[in-house]
Amino acid sequence: MSTASMTAAALVDPVLGFELAYWQQTTIKVVLALVIVPTATAIVVQTFLFKMMAGMQSRMGPMEAGPYGALQLMADGLKFIQKELLAPSAADRRVYALAPVVSLIATFMVFVVIPVGPNGFAANLRTGIFYALAVSSLSVVGVLMAGWSSANKYALIGGIRAGGQLIAYELPLVLAVIGVVIQAGSLNLQDIVVAQHSGEIFGWGGIGSPYIITQFVGFLLFMISIQAELTQPPFDMPVAESEVVGGWQVEYSGLQFLFFYIAEFGAAFGFSAIASTLFLGGWAIPFVDLDAGIMHIVGPLVLFGKTMAVAFLIFWVRFSYPRFREDQLQQFAWKFLIPLALANIVVTGILKVVF
Amino acid sequence: MSSAENETPQADGAEEAAAGAEEAEEVEEAPVDEAREALVERFRSEMGEGVIEHHIEVGRDTWVRVENGSWRHAAEVAKGAMGMDYFDFLSAMDWMESPYGRSEDSSVDLALGRAEAAEVSDEIVTGYAGGDSRFQVFARLSNLVNHTSLTLKVDLPDLTVASWVEVFAGAAWHEREAWEMFGLNFEGHPSLRALYLPTDFEGHPLRKDFPLLARHVKPWPGIVDVEPMPGEDEPKEEATAEAGA
Amino acid sequence: MAITERDQLNYIATQAADARVNVELETEGMTINIGPQHPATHGTLRIVARLDGEQVISADPVMGYMHRGYEKLTEVRSYPQVTTLINRIDWVGSFANEVPFILAAEQLMDIEAPERARYIRTVLFELSRIANIILFLGDMAVQLGAITPAFFAFRDREFVLNQIEAVTGGRFHPNFDRIGGLKDDLPAGWIKETKQAMDKVRTFCDQMDDLVVGNEIFLQRCVGIGVIPPSVALEYGLSGANLRSSGVDWDLRRDENIGLAYDEIDWKVWTHDDGDSFARYWVRLQETREAANIVDQLLDNIPGGPIMAKVPRIIKVPEGEAYVRTENPLGEMGYYIVSRGDTGPFRVKIRSASFSNMSITSWILRGVYVPDIITILASMYFILGDLDR
Repeated sequence: MSTASMTAAALVDPVLGFELAYWQQTTIKVVLALVIVPTATAIVVQTFLFKMMAGMQSRMGPMEAGPYGALQLMADGLKFIQKELLAPSAADRRVYALAPVVSLIATFMVFVVIPVGPNGFAANLRTGIFYALAVSSLSVVGVLMAGWSSANKYALIGGIRAGGQLIAYELPLVLAVIGVVIQAGSLNLQDIVVAQHSGEIFGWGGIGSPYIITQFVGFLLFMISIQAELTQPPFDMPVAESEVVGGWQVEYSGLQFLFFYIAEFGAAFGFSAIASTLFLGGWAIPFVDLDAGIMHIVGPLVLFGKTMAVAFLIFWVRFSYPRFREDQLQQFAWKFLIPLALANIVVTGILKVVF
Repeated sequence: MSSAENETPQADGAEEAAAGAEEAEEVEEAPVDEAREALVERFRSEMGEGVIEHHIEVGRDTWVRVENGSWRHAAEVAKGAMGMDYFDFLSAMDWMESPYGRSEDSSVDLALGRAEAAEVSDEIVTGYAGGDSRFQVFARLSNLVNHTSLTLKVDLPDLTVASWVEVFAGAAWHEREAWEMFGLNFEGHPSLRALYLPTDFEGHPLRKDFPLLARHVKPWPGIVDVEPMPGEDEPKEEATAEAGA
Repeated sequence: MAITERDQLNYIATQAADARVNVELETEGMTINIGPQHPATHGTLRIVARLDGEQVISADPVMGYMHRGYEKLTEVRSYPQVTTLINRIDWVGSFANEVPFILAAEQLMDIEAPERARYIRTVLFELSRIANIILFLGDMAVQLGAITPAFFAFRDREFVLNQIEAVTGGRFHPNFDRIGGLKDDLPAGWIKETKQAMDKVRTFCDQMDDLVVGNEIFLQRCVGIGVIPPSVALEYGLSGANLRSSGVDWDLRRDENIGLAYDEIDWKVWTHDDGDSFARYWVRLQETREAANIVDQLLDNIPGGPIMAKVPRIIKVPEGEAYVRTENPLGEMGYYIVSRGDTGPFRVKIRSASFSNMSITSWILRGVYVPDIITILASMYFILGDLDR
C-alpha cells in the first residue's frame, strides 16, 4: 500500500517534472483508491481481527491458508465471491441490492481527503475534515436501506438502532474535532498536520504539538465516538449477534455481505487515519522538515504506522468489553459525551484567546 | 454490592451442615418417624376434612393423599399454615399396567432371568398412600426453613382436578405438561395449551396405553453387552453364551 | 429500589398495552420471534415477544423442539440403561444427572455405596458442576457482547473435562455411576492432576472477576435488571444459584444431603440479596471457586476401600416410591421413581432444574427492554436438554 501511495504522490507531484492531465490524475487516483482501501482493510482484518484477537483469547487464529494463515482473507474473499446472492422474497430488491454499495462508496469517499505526504492526497479540500465527517455519515443511509429493505424484523430493529446510534454519536464526533480545528485554525487536514508539526507546547517546540497532548479530552471523545460510528463493541447493538443476530446484515450473503464487511473495516481504517492525522501529527514526524524529499516516501509509512496504532486501540476495546443497552448508549451520548465535548470547545476557545 | 457484605460467615454453613447431619442420624435410628408423624398430624388437623390416607417411609419421605375436592385447599394449607412455600414439582401418574409390557421380551433378556411378559392385568395397583383411580396427580412442596417436604397425591376419577396456579404461579407449566401428557384437566388454569407437543398432536404420550412406536417399529434387541461386575472376572463371552442358552 | 423500578416498567408496559386497545389511532406493536434458532437461546427455544418499541409487553416461551420423551423411554428400560439416557439431560454437566437417579434407586433397594465411592461420586459431581458453570461464566459475557471470556472458559473447561475423561472415559456423557457404587476406581496420578486443574479453575475465576464482574458496562447491564424477589422465586420453584441469588439460603448439598460426602468437609453456601442478573452471575462465580475448594478437600480425605457395594447381577428394585433430589449445576434435580419390583422403573418423573427455572420467563420478561431479554435469560442459565428433557 505504501509503495503505491508513494508513487501516487510522485505522479501527481509537478515538482518531479510530470504534468498530468486532469483525467489522467483522476484515473490514477481511482485505481489507487480501489487498490489501497481493500488492501488496508485486509491488513487491518488480518492483523487485528484474526491474529491479535486470537492471541488475546489464547488461541491460534487461522493457521491453514498460507504461512500462519496469512492468506486466510484471500480464501474468505474467494468464498464470498462464489456464494449465491440471496434476497428474501419480500425484500425491496432494488434498495436491498443498492444498500451495500452505498455503504461502501461512503467509506471510499472518506479516504479522499486524508493527506499521506507533502503532496500525497487525492483532493486537498479546504474543508477537509468537515467533508470527511459528512461523507462518513452517508453510510447510515446504506444501513437504514439495508435494514428496511430486508423485510426482516431483526434487520429492521438493527437498522433503526444503527440509525439512532449513528446520529447520536455524529454530534460528539464533530464537536470533538472542533477543539482541534480551533487550535489549528483550519479545517484543512494538511494544514492541521503542518500546524501540529510546527506548533509549540507552551513555548517548547521540540516535538511540535501533537494535539493528543493539548486535546486529550477531544481525542478520547473522538475515539469513543468512532467506536460507536463503527458499531464496534461496546456500541455494537445494531449488529449484536446475541440480540438481533447481525441486525441489518442478517439477510445478506456473498459479495453483498463482503461489501458491508469491507465498508465496516475500511471505515475503521479510515477513521483511524483521520484520528492519527488530527491528534498524532499525521504523516509528519518530529525533527524532520516537512518539505524534505524523504517525506514523500516516509510520510505514507509514518501515517500507516500511526493508523495501525489507533486501530489497535479500537480493536482492543472491541475484544474486551461487553455492550451497552440501547437506552444506556443514548444516555451516554447525550448526557455525557456531548456536554463534555461542548465544555472542551469552550475551554479550548478560551485558552486559544488567552495564549 | 461488594462481596464482603454478602458473605455469610464461614462458620455458619459448617455448623448448619453438621446440625443437618445429626438430625438425619437421629431420624434414622428411630423406628417410628416421629417428626414425620407429627407433620402429617399437623397437616390433618389444619386441613380438617379432606385427607384420605398417608404413608411414611421412615427417615425418608412423607406421602399424603387428599380428596379431589380439597386439592386446592391442600395447597393453600401447605403453603400457609405449614410454611411449605417452595413449589418443587407437580406431575401425574397413570397406574394402569402397560398393555404392551416393557418391550423387553427378546430371548436374550428372558435368558437373563427376566420374567416372561406376563399377562397384563386390568387391575389398577396404586402406590404409596393408596388411590382409587387410574390417574393420580401428585405434587411436592417443601418448607425451606425446617427442611420438611410433603408429597401430595390426589385421585382423578373424572380426569379433572382444581388448578394450583392461583396458589403457586409456578404450577402453570407443570399442569400444562400433565394436561398434554396425560390428558388431565385442571380447572381454573388460565391457558391449558400444549407445552412440548405440536398443537395438532393426537393422544397423550405418557398414558400407559400410548404405544412407544419406536419399540414397535424396531424391537428391542435385548441386552447384548453385559458389563462384568467390578471384582468379578467373568468374561463377557461367557455371559453372552449363558444368555443364548 | 430495583423492584420499584421494575414495577414502574411493568406499569409503563401495561399503560402502553391499554393505550393500544383504547385509542383509535393505535400504534402497531411488533411481535418478534426470538428463536427457535437464535444465538441467545443456545439451543432451540423460541420466545414469542410482543414489543412496544424496544419494550416487551408480553413474552411467551415456546418449547419442545428438543423434547425427547425421556419419561416415556425410561418405562421400557432397565435401571442401568436409564443412566445412559439421563446423561443427555444436562449435557454440559452430565455426570451430575446420573447421581440423583442412582441415589433414588439405591434408596429403594436399601443399598449404600461404600465410602470411597461416595467420595469419588462427590468429586465427579463437583467437577461436572465446574465444567457446567464455567461455561455459564463465559457465555453470559458473550450474550452481553464480550467474546473473550467465552474463549477463556472453553480453554479452562478443557482441563476439567480431561480429568473427567481420565476417570470415566467419556468427556461429555460419562455413564459412570452404578447402583451400589462406581464402574471403576481412579487412575494413578489423577488426584495430583485434578488439583492442578483446580488451580487453573481458580485462576479462571480470578480472571472473570477482573474481566467481567469488574467491568462497568457489565454492571450497568446487570445490576438491578431482572430482579426476582424471594417469594416469587419460591412460588415458581426456582432452584440452585437462581434461588440463592434471591437471598434464599437453600442448598441441597447442605440441607438435604443424601448419599454424598458433603457433610465431611468444610465449605459454605453463597447467597446474594439482590436477586438481579448480577447477583446470579456473582453467586455462580463464587460457587465455582467453592466447588474447586470442595474438590481439593475431598481429594485430601479420600478413603481407601472398595468402590462397589454388593449388588445382585440382575438389578431388580423392590416395590416403592422414592424421590431424591440433589443440587445439580443448574439447580435442584430430582427423580421420582415408582418401582413395581421389576428390572425397570414403572414411572420416572424427572424434575429438572431448568424447567422450573424457566417457568418464570413470562413473569420476569414483562416490561423489560429487548436487550435485557438476553441478559436475563442468560443469567437464569438454562440448558435446553434440561428444559425439554
